[in-house]
Amino acid sequence: MEGLTLSEAEQRYYCDLFSYCDTESTKKVASNGRVLELFRAAQLPNDVVMQIMELCGATRLGYFGRSQFYIALKLVAVAQSGLPLRVESLNTVKDLPLPRFVVSKNEQESRHTALYSSDADSSASYSGVIPPPPGRIQVKKGSVSHDAVQQRTSTDQQESTSPVVSPQQSPPTSPHTWRKHNRHPSGGNNERPLAGPGPFWAPFSEAQPGSSTSSDPIWSGHSPPPHQENWVSFADTPPTSALLAMHPASVQDQTTVRTVASATTTNEIRRQSSSYDDPWKITDEQRQYYVNQFKTIQPDLNGFIPGSAAKEFFTKSKLPILELSHIWELSDFDKDGALTLDEFCAAFHLVVARKNGYDLPEKLPESLMPKLIDLEDSTEVGEQTGEVGYSSSPAEAPPSKSPSMPSLNQTWPELNQSSEDTAIVHPVPIRMTPSKIHMQEMELKRTGSDHANPTSPLLVKPPDHPEENKMSSSVKFTSGNTVTDGYSSSDSYTSDPEQIGSTVTRQRSHSGTSPDNTAPPPPPPRPHPSHSRSSSLDMNRSFSVTPGQQQAGVVAYPPAVPPRPQPSQGAGPHVHRPVDAEGLIAHTSTSPQQIPEQPNFADFSQFEAFAVSGVNKEEEDEIETHSEVLQVEKPSDSASSLRVAKADGRVEDKAPANVPTSVGKGTTPLAPPPKPIRRRLKSEDELRPEAEEHTQKTGVIAAVLASQPSIPRSVGKDKKAIQASIRRNKETNTVLARLNSELQQQLKDVLEERISLEVQLEQLRPFSHL
Amino acid sequence: MAVCIAVIAKENYPLYIRSVPTENELKFHYTVHTSLDVVDEKISAMGKALVDQRELYLGLLYPTEDYKVYGYVTNSKVKFVMVVDSSNTALRDNEIRSMFRKLHNSYTDIMCNPFYNPGDRIQSRAFDSMVNSMMMQVC
Repeated sequence: MEGLTLSEAEQRYYCDLFSYCDTESTKKVASNGRVLELFRAAQLPNDVVMQIMELCGATRLGYFGRSQFYIALKLVAVAQSGLPLRVESLNTVKDLPLPRFVVSKNEQESRHTALYSSDADSSASYSGVIPPPPGRIQVKKGSVSHDAVQQRTSTDQQESTSPVVSPQQSPPTSPHTWRKHNRHPSGGNNERPLAGPGPFWAPFSEAQPGSSTSSDPIWSGHSPPPHQENWVSFADTPPTSALLAMHPASVQDQTTVRTVASATTTNEIRRQSSSYDDPWKITDEQRQYYVNQFKTIQPDLNGFIPGSAAKEFFTKSKLPILELSHIWELSDFDKDGALTLDEFCAAFHLVVARKNGYDLPEKLPESLMPKLIDLEDSTEVGEQTGEVGYSSSPAEAPPSKSPSMPSLNQTWPELNQSSEDTAIVHPVPIRMTPSKIHMQEMELKRTGSDHANPTSPLLVKPPDHPEENKMSSSVKFTSGNTVTDGYSSSDSYTSDPEQIGSTVTRQRSHSGTSPDNTAPPPPPPRPHPSHSRSSSLDMNRSFSVTPGQQQAGVVAYPPAVPPRPQPSQGAGPHVHRPVDAEGLIAHTSTSPQQIPEQPNFADFSQFEAFAVSGVNKEEEDEIETHSEVLQVEKPSDSASSLRVAKADGRVEDKAPANVPTSVGKGTTPLAPPPKPIRRRLKSEDELRPEAEEHTQKTGVIAAVLASQPSIPRSVGKDKKAIQASIRRNKETNTVLARLNSELQQQLKDVLEERISLEVQLEQLRPFSHL
Repeated sequence: MAVCIAVIAKENYPLYIRSVPTENELKFHYTVHTSLDVVDEKISAMGKALVDQRELYLGLLYPTEDYKVYGYVTNSKVKFVMVVDSSNTALRDNEIRSMFRKLHNSYTDIMCNPFYNPGDRIQSRAFDSMVNSMMMQVC
């Protein structure tokens, strides 16, 4: 055999091929299947193959020694280039292209299976190398179809072929780099396109296709890139070339892919062309890598990474904040501000994909959902630890994880306790329902926690209330408020104070529907009530004030009203009362005695007397109102009669006892709030425009008086009248007492409410200073 | 069903504002801005010493002839303002409340995102889609 001079590339290439064929490592290749396959792949007619074999001397030897093999290969190249097969051509033909071996997919697959079963080596990659670029795609497809996840069988000879190919072809950059990348992923499966892992580490290097050509010489080296270097690059963004320098080293690495693809696009192409339809699948390698990274931040795989740490980590990827924010939104499944292992892997995967040029999805892809990832891992590889194996939703066991969040977390245990998985390492609830329903549930949980949405199809409805408690303070507060509102519809402190006043007034009026026997004058004039509390306090005050100061109140109340005759005055007229009828006097004397609470009664009688006697006008003002009542029978003038009629009307109104104004009148002795009084006063004023300013008091008095039928002047009826008045007074007493107790009860309620609200305030105080 | 939805920060600058008929956007911006006065008034009226007992849902802030403005304020003084079409008479108070609740939930989610700095404009896609879902019902 003549000497064979091979170029360096040829040398390497042939060496690789020989290794490929040399399955028994005996340094001589028998005419085994590999060789034949190889020659078949050369797409040469059979006779040419025979010729080659003859020429190289294999037929003589019966096997292919290295030299024979090399000669054969060279002859194949010669044949492929169309030159006649001559032994002389071996050396004479210059610039002979490397022999091309077209491998069909099936063959390659079978080869791959053989590869997988065998220990070695570069054959896989080799076959990837052999076909021309388009074929490579096919090769890659075929290889990928085998499931890129697996067995990184150790390979060490792959590199030898790889560099050979690249210079030979001078193909376009992308397939070139693609090929290279094919070869260089760590571990055994070179052309098994780590469609998965490969590109994902590329992102952090921001490799560029253009640099691939420069990497050719580098590729001859075989040093595996250090594992950490890529991540170092991730942190430091080293130049692409440095990363590329690491490429050849990756061969030995089996567990993780550390290569930085010089062309991420090629990886994408490969990935896209892979038979995996789902570009979001996380391969095993990747997952392991993610887990390792997770461990660097959070040693406990069951724990979670707080948001700030995750932010720092992902910021290193140099993605824009907006995109990182979106990635976070997608991957933080339970919206708790922290990442579990699954969420972290999903986020990492998304970052890697984004770095590779993939657009971020709007919704989290199925394969990245926590549950699915777990299942995939558990089925494929047993490497994953147990905690990964739990097919759980990302709900965190410790509710304390998200103290301030609307606690979906806390709802999860409740939600899923019914469907616990045995594989759960810690009591993390499992999402048994499909992911879509899962998300729907989550949404519903959040929106349905509000009590106003009773139709939420949540699995767990009973803990609606506890959920409400866990909900954000705003919701809780809302619910609390509505409850409060419902409870104190009549007493709501948030309502207009006037309402309360009126409510109270109404209530009082309801209770005080008795005929207005009471004579106590309306309370002293008060400014317009500013809020309920003050009004209620005023009520109390007025309660206490009124009995003692009825007269004074009567006097002081309406500024415009001419001062009423004071008790002394009352006594005055009483004294001055013309001695009319003794009975009358006696009556008047008795009346105050019998009805000490109603000094007006005395007035009443006085006025009556005055009215009878035709007292001067000055007193007539006061008298008139009384007289109006009194003089039912004797309408002195139309006005008075009018007044009387009105008073009567008022009285009659009081009888049904539902007219606020009249009732207010009737209850004025009980110190009603000024407003109703005023209202009544105003109405009365309107009714009686004849300067009856003190109509309020007088009106009260009149009402009081009116409640009692005009005292018969005749002595004979005194007793009856007295008894009637006694009876009436007693009734009034009971009514007033009842009213008092009701109001006291109201006060208690309001105070209780106040206490509860203050408690609420205390509870919500942590949130108040946000 | 809203015509315009806005999120106002504590310092009364807008974090997010989106209206459906985009040609009248300026008018809605102005409306939201003027409604802030009403919101502040309501807060101060109800708040006093009991800030946290104030209800978050403020209700109808003021009606105009074309539309009604509803308000909602969180405990951190972030305000949500919603403008709805007056012709949309079917909207009940409860629905408005639920819409505000959804807004609040989405806002909390944004807050949980470590990449979001409070005070930034809200650019979350999830929030956008949620707001769109509330507004698309108009058309």
